[in-house]
Amino acid sequence: MSTQALKKEHAKKQARRPAAKKAKGPSRPDKSRRGQSGPEDTPVVTMKEHIIEIVSDSGEGAQRCGQAFGAIAARMGNGVWTAEIIPAEIQPPARSAAGASGNRIRVASHRVTNWGDEDDLIVAFNEQVLLSRLEEGELRPGCIVLLEDKWRTDNDPEIVAAFTETVERLLVDDCRVYEIPMETECLKYVPDPRRGKNMFVLGLLCGIYSLDLDIAREQIAFAFAKKDQAIIDNNILLLEAGHDWAETNLDIKFRIPPSDVSKPQIVVNGNIALGLGVMASGMEVCAMYPITPATSASHYLSEVFQNVGGVVHQAEDEIAACAFAIGSSYAGKCAVTITSGPGFALKQETIGLAVMTEIPLVVVNVQRGGPSTGLPTKVEQGDLLFACFGGHGDNPKVVMAPSDIEDCFYSMITARKIAEAFNMVVVVLSDASLASSQQPFPRPNVSEDWLAPPVDQSAVPEGAMPYDWDSRTGLARRFIPGQPNGMHCLTGLAHDRRSRVAYDPDINQEGILHRSRKLAAFQKTLKAPDVFGGDEGDLLIVGWGGTRGAIEEAIERLRADGHKVSSLHLTFLQPMPPGIKEVLERFDRVMTVESNWSDAADDDIIDEDNRRYSELAWLLRARYLVDIDCWSEVRGQPIKPGAIVRAIRERLQRKGS
Amino acid sequence: MDKPLTECALKLLDEEYTLDDYKGLVPRWCTGCGDNAILAAVQRLCRDEQLPPEKTVFVSGIGCSSRFPHYMHTYGFHGLHGRAMPVAEGIKMRRPDLNVFVITGDGDCCSIGTAHWIHAIRYNMNITVLMHDNGIYGLTKNQASPTSPLGITSRTTPGGTYLEPINPVSVSLGIRNVSFVAQAVDWIPEMLHDIIAEAFHHKGFSFVRILQRCPEFLDHRFDDWVQEPDWMLLLHHENGVRISPDLAKIYRNQEQHDPSDRNRAREIASTNHPMPVGVLYRDPGMPCYEDLRKPDRLYTPDIVKAAIEEEFDKFTIHPTGHPTG
Ligand SMILES: Cc1ncc(C[n+]2csc(CCOP(=O)(O)OP(=O)(O)O)c2C)c(N)n1
Ligand code: SF4
Ligand SMILES: [Mg+2]
Repeated sequence: MSTQALKKEHAKKQARRPAAKKAKGPSRPDKSRRGQSGPEDTPVVTMKEHIIEIVSDSGEGAQRCGQAFGAIAARMGNGVWTAEIIPAEIQPPARSAAGASGNRIRVASHRVTNWGDEDDLIVAFNEQVLLSRLEEGELRPGCIVLLEDKWRTDNDPEIVAAFTETVERLLVDDCRVYEIPMETECLKYVPDPRRGKNMFVLGLLCGIYSLDLDIAREQIAFAFAKKDQAIIDNNILLLEAGHDWAETNLDIKFRIPPSDVSKPQIVVNGNIALGLGVMASGMEVCAMYPITPATSASHYLSEVFQNVGGVVHQAEDEIAACAFAIGSSYAGKCAVTITSGPGFALKQETIGLAVMTEIPLVVVNVQRGGPSTGLPTKVEQGDLLFACFGGHGDNPKVVMAPSDIEDCFYSMITARKIAEAFNMVVVVLSDASLASSQQPFPRPNVSEDWLAPPVDQSAVPEGAMPYDWDSRTGLARRFIPGQPNGMHCLTGLAHDRRSRVAYDPDINQEGILHRSRKLAAFQKTLKAPDVFGGDEGDLLIVGWGGTRGAIEEAIERLRADGHKVSSLHLTFLQPMPPGIKEVLERFDRVMTVESNWSDAADDDIIDEDNRRYSELAWLLRARYLVDIDCWSEVRGQPIKPGAIVRAIRERLQRKGS
Repeated sequence: MDKPLTECALKLLDEEYTLDDYKGLVPRWCTGCGDNAILAAVQRLCRDEQLPPEKTVFVSGIGCSSRFPHYMHTYGFHGLHGRAMPVAEGIKMRRPDLNVFVITGDGDCCSIGTAHWIHAIRYNMNITVLMHDNGIYGLTKNQASPTSPLGITSRTTPGGTYLEPINPVSVSLGIRNVSFVAQAVDWIPEMLHDIIAEAFHHKGFSFVRILQRCPEFLDHRFDDWVQEPDWMLLLHHENGVRISPDLAKIYRNQEQHDPSDRNRAREIASTNHPMPVGVLYRDPGMPCYEDLRKPDRLYTPDIVKAAIEEEFDKFTIHPTGHPTG
């Protein structure tokens, strides 16, 4: 507590200093001035973690810089989570708040599971993109701001005014502002400073955070491996320049000690992890139609899938993509279709066809904000009930949700196996945050078990029936075209064991029973999930999907403050694993935390009769007859641990009063 | 070798597929329904070509016509209204060893499935498509279809349809990648069979529009042509369907049409007075999508594992775990 107060005091002092002081000095590192500004004796402050953001107009390279910075920190052994800041428009005007593009990198001495709360340090290429982050509340009080200084002397007086005004506002907000001659410095090394400025900034950050320059050079060589050596050399030059400039001119220096990871790690975002997972899953066909934020998984697969003999088919629409995948699976090559909300909606009738005909199929829905076109690039977990109950009639299918980047990878392998073992549809619910966030995970050991066996073309015993359902499990052996004696006409109509269209009441009852039964049989294979925190207590938070890291961090913080709170995170949402009811009952109260809509219980017009709960809360209430509360947010961004902490504190207090 | 000759001959006979080998359930179409003639022609084709039933898949949508796969003793996929083509494409993509047929109706193909139809032509996969065009929705009992003639009454157009029909043959011929288009009629079974056989032999997406009588809901739709052979135009070519002397006596209106001539094909397609029957267009050189996208070699588990490792390499970092000095 006292150190924090001290830090705050320090920050205030910094803030009152004339902010632009350094900018007015000579831009070239000047040894003679070193003593004056004192950076040489800048003490290195050791931190457990920092949240760093880099924002620019789109196309200025902040994303690349942020990703490289995250990778360097990861190579150093730090825990890292990077999240993309995606502009709302494709080609936003320069210097506009809507155009803020960049990266947030959370670097720590421990494993990082989410993007955290607010920035400790932000680098901005202009004050407008910075302003948008400030207005969204992303800057912590006392946040360090590194701002391109060229706007202060711009020819356009309006720009100069906007710049000065912003800097003043930042100071009022307690920020420590450093105006940095980014382009001026870069001009010393390259003719076009707008390109490569990001590498200068990367150097600055390496300096500030005491990152190893050799590792940084390695990362640049790696990231630009496809480019000319000249470009790599240039970038390294700028990196070093940025580094030196920080060492010479800045009075801030941090060190975030590495965590204890030493094994090789894979650094990718959730969509690349999905793509890698598809490659490793034994699936051979991915049929898709482009839709944000799912497409990048298919982009990646389009580049590499052929290396395992796979193919990405860009269909004419999502319906065709799903039907194509079904055709492929039917013919013995299990397929995946990757989409997001609107496309998932279009696929419903075809998904029902796969359910009815019992064809294995993996459907990935990288959720985005809805309904309708909604928030294409933004985060929401709004498709849970839709995934579980979408489609007309009884539509039993497996629904699972990865909760971190590593999960995105393994979920594809698991999903294919379940789909083929149970001849079922498996829906995998990722989200826009997982899609674009990076988090290192241990490099998997490739296993032959992941791959699919060759297509069964053996003769079917004479007289065998295509839907010879096992009365206990509902399972039946599927006949694949090419198998002698297996000829039958599969149909989306109600059918009997011979796959003959049947409107007979008993047969319909029987078919639905057995399709449903498979879900029960699959449920028997699931393990009870672990509780995070303590086994019992005052409050249990239940979550699913990409919110796991934030929820568990919130629980950790609250437990550190002595609260008896725990959390339970569900990977399988349909069917649910065993043992949940027992867990729910060990806590005084239960609340879900989700990124989808729920009415606030204390809203004037809301009461028991009309309150709309969050989606998992509905499911749990219905299944376990437990009075489960919920707290949710639909702000289009990943929920922050701090927000969860506040929500929980508020609930705990409400209970106390 | 030293087995008696008769036994060998018997064995051979045994191995030949007969028409009965392709017969599935007993068709439940109305008497006089043109679908029966199409089924007979297809079963004959399978027999003539000796298609192994287990290697043959009939994919359909929903409609009277789409019941077809149930009546074949092959693999069948009776799926969703309008979606037969993408299912068939998915099957064919990695299973070029399978003979894939699509059975679709005028509503299935030219209304709800139009996007798939257009794109299927563009993909040009080696699939044979039989579009049963009765100009009406049969299964749902008498609603207008996109190919219903102008003015016919149906239960959704009691005062007659308002719009000109679309011409599925002209539409197909309008697509850059089109590789095979033919038109057949259910009431000339001989040509129906020969045209379907041509379609089957064409490597690529072969689209056959078959004018099919629906005595139940649009009984007199094709009367003019059925009753007046001179209203028909039979296309023939040495590289295509030939007309038997018997047929030639009845249908005197004939044209020698080179199926590689797309412009003439378009002219012929543009009218149904006379109603053309035969192969309008064929381009055997159009590449097939499944060939363009086929794996370049056999991917053994070892190759696959090595490729996955290679991908991991791209993204692997080795944390140094030590602080910088
Ligand atoms: C999504 C959907 N919409 C509507 C239907 C109802 N439906 C079934 S068949 C059909 C039309 C069939 O007409 P056509 O394709 O011409 O086949 P026909 O019965 O004439 O052979 C319709 C509208 C359906 N099954 N599915
Ligand atoms: S309704 Fe028409 S298309 Fe359908 S089976 Fe009867 S005659 Fe044939
Ligand atoms: Mg019809």
